[in-house]
Amino acid sequence: MTTRTTSLDRALAANTWFVYAFFYLPILVLVVFSFNASTRVGIWRGFSTRWYGEVLRNPEVLDALKNSLIVAALSTVAATVIGTAAALAIDRYRFRGRRGLDGILYLPIIIPDVTMAVMMLLFFARAFALIDAAGPRFQLGIGSITLSHIAFNISFVAVVVRARLGQLDGSLEEAARDLYANSWQTFRRVTLPLILPGVLGGALLALTLSLDDVVVTAFVSGPGSTTLPVYVFGLVRRGVSPAINAISTIMLVASIGLVALSLVFQRGPKASRNTEMIKETT
Amino acid sequence: MTSEQRTAALIAEPGLEAAATAADRKRGLLLALPAYVYLLLFFVLPFLIVFVYSFATRSATGATRLSDWNLLAYQKLFDSLVVQIVWRSFWIASLTTIICLVMAYPFAYYIATRRPAVRNVLLVLVMIPFWSNFLIRTYAWRFILGTDGPIATLTDALGMEPVRLLFTNAAVMIGLVYGFLPFMVLPLYAAIERLDWSLVEAARDLYASGWSAFRKVTLPLTRSGIIAGSLLVFVPSFGAYVTPAILGGSKDLLLGSYIVTQFQQARNWPFGSALSIVVMVFMLAALMIRARTGAEEV
Amino acid sequence: MTYAVELRGVSKRFGEVVAVESLDLAIDDGEFFSLLGPSGCGKTTTLRMIAGFEYPTEGSLAIHGTEMALQPPNQRPVNTVFQSYALFPHMTIAENVGFGLLMQKVAKSEISTRVDRALDMVQLSQRKGATPDKLSGGQQQRVALARALVNEPEVLLLDEPLGALDLKLRQQMQIELKELQERVGITFVYVTHDQEEALTMSDRIGVMSDGRLLQVGDATEIYERPTSRFVADFIGDINLLPAAITGPGVVTLAGTTPVSAPSAVAGNAANWLALRPEQLHLIRHDEIVPDDRNSISGTVNNRVYFGDSYYYVVATPVGALDVRQENRPGLALHDPGTSVHVWWHPDAAAMVLE
Repeated sequence: MTTRTTSLDRALAANTWFVYAFFYLPILVLVVFSFNASTRVGIWRGFSTRWYGEVLRNPEVLDALKNSLIVAALSTVAATVIGTAAALAIDRYRFRGRRGLDGILYLPIIIPDVTMAVMMLLFFARAFALIDAAGPRFQLGIGSITLSHIAFNISFVAVVVRARLGQLDGSLEEAARDLYANSWQTFRRVTLPLILPGVLGGALLALTLSLDDVVVTAFVSGPGSTTLPVYVFGLVRRGVSPAINAISTIMLVASIGLVALSLVFQRGPKASRNTEMIKETT
Repeated sequence: MTSEQRTAALIAEPGLEAAATAADRKRGLLLALPAYVYLLLFFVLPFLIVFVYSFATRSATGATRLSDWNLLAYQKLFDSLVVQIVWRSFWIASLTTIICLVMAYPFAYYIATRRPAVRNVLLVLVMIPFWSNFLIRTYAWRFILGTDGPIATLTDALGMEPVRLLFTNAAVMIGLVYGFLPFMVLPLYAAIERLDWSLVEAARDLYASGWSAFRKVTLPLTRSGIIAGSLLVFVPSFGAYVTPAILGGSKDLLLGSYIVTQFQQARNWPFGSALSIVVMVFMLAALMIRARTGAEEV
Repeated sequence: MTYAVELRGVSKRFGEVVAVESLDLAIDDGEFFSLLGPSGCGKTTTLRMIAGFEYPTEGSLAIHGTEMALQPPNQRPVNTVFQSYALFPHMTIAENVGFGLLMQKVAKSEISTRVDRALDMVQLSQRKGATPDKLSGGQQQRVALARALVNEPEVLLLDEPLGALDLKLRQQMQIELKELQERVGITFVYVTHDQEEALTMSDRIGVMSDGRLLQVGDATEIYERPTSRFVADFIGDINLLPAAITGPGVVTLAGTTPVSAPSAVAGNAANWLALRPEQLHLIRHDEIVPDDRNSISGTVNNRVYFGDSYYYVVATPVGALDVRQENRPGLALHDPGTSVHVWWHPDAAAMVLE
């Protein structure tokens, strides 16, 4: 009996380490080889940071990075405000159309990005056709990319904030009302501080998704408005190069930095906020 | 007005709380309005446009004419080439989902049964790939499996025959599993973690073997996590574009890439729209299965 | 005269569900009033309507004579101690207690003195800088009390405030709460499902069931003269015997056994005779029942030892009777199977309506 349990436990542990290796080895190999001095990517010729220098001096990379950051910042701020308001409305109020909004909010989360991309492309094609007929000329670019990113990010922010609201003891807000706070003061002094980790977590998720998106962005970007992932995607399809390894490593480090940041935010007064965060993000 | 009169006035007016809660209702609607308007304009309307386009006409030059509405795009769905592509995408997505489930269940189970402190560290180690850039993680496999990559270099140095993996369905599946595995792990973990272990003990107490206790108690009670995770892996795998574009071969076309082709090279927007509708039908079917099995809590 | 709280014809419906049904209730100034009933009886909804968290569907609700039914909670001179305490986790104890004063725009210096005084009152001054999660359940309970009382409300509402504490602490807090109420002289409206809590602390008790207020009275009235079967059954152990009034001061049990009951008034459709187990006496069948006492003979079915008492179940022609005998030296014990008489003083019985 005892031996059986331990052998099962050992098998479970082995599987666990296998999965972790599966998660991390590819990333690790990529990072290591980004410091390879050789032009032939797979053959180690000694340590060098030459590819980093090359990448960081490449004006196309810098341009794409600038676009990425603008889009990510704008869409994150807009989606966080709109998504948090929607989460509050659905969780705290009864109003006409509540169920409808609840249903629509879930769709952008699971819709495959190709489908979303097609939807946005056709939408802007029609919209520009109409606007052009009226006079001013618009074209695809940073604007259309940002509008599309907001469309999917609202949902993610709303889901994360709602998970947090769901854990909030409703009697805390009643207590504030009972202690002479009006509805605005209740929101400012009780609700908002308590859901803030959720709001920040949602914002970071939105930022990450915006910085990750390839397909939707590729469909609605115009000449000169490429973002970094779209630019890298173009390079990757042509083949492997040490420069891509270097860009990749930079982007990986940036996303890991964001995870670390979000973990810091999730640390509230109570320990072990990880489960919560998982429930929020799934 | 005396208190007596006021009482009479109030009692004479049944449903008086409705007036008082109307203001609350209005505030809720006001908060929801930006999201509502935004999603109607930038999600629902685009969906309707795709739907309309799928009945439009493609001119000889590749332009789309919003007239002469027809079902040609839908008829084209039944071409053997298209059926093949949809079928291939379906089984690759299914197989990816099953592989993810088989890897993730014992993995999530192991994490969920550790001490809280250990559990938190193990979870952070799952969150990192979950948040890392998808494109870069897929690219890593292109690099590893490539002719110039570390595996090829290694087999070459050992004097072995090179194994060609890149640009095959196997490579696409490795990429999909790698990309979407965290989406399976996290809901499974959430489901297993909130399992009431005394139920498993009760089953053991009632003469169930370890295996039967797992099959009769643990598995059914974590079903919501299995369904949620499968949905989150299957739907994006079915419509995947980035992974097959980087790791797949040009012969074994998948649905996601095929849709993109319709908008970029082939310039057949009505047909591309009809294909997108197919993806959405599959997505809605998956959602309905989830709703029917009552797994909405994750 | 104006009441501290006065509800008239108050009903609350949630959609189809009726939570409270045409409730009339007047609570005196300075009174410790308990609303007692099982869960789902409407007692908490009633409290929440007084607090302003729910609006009545119809009816009038006045606090010290001012109509308040539709006022939001922040505009009512009442404060609440929540069942979960609802202490703000992101504020210190002092900030929690000072919150109500801050919202009322009381001057900073005055807030600080009053917070200190309130925390002194509950003996927690040295913890004022801590956050609520650092405090024990009992301490959190005191903070919740201080946070409400510091505002000097006209009425303090308490929603099962001792429910989360363990037995010893609960009993200690019952005494402290009662003392506190007498000291500050504020009207307390106390919601509980615990009859012992209600009986020991309250000036008056209102028993609720299914959204209705069944009986209001002090502890003795509620315990000794229940007017309905529900109240009789809900408070303490009781024997309820089907009874019909067959003459002035005479009821017939089970259609066969006439007994005297002075509280039985002819013409009143009483159908139950209520007898508390501790009011019943047990003697061997060959012993003699004292004069002017009612008695029934029966057989002991079971005897259970409770430490301070013995419980007997006695089978009689009118039904099984629970009898409680206080444990004292020289008490005669009756084994199961023994033939016995059960007797009681006619005044010990209460007539109860269905």
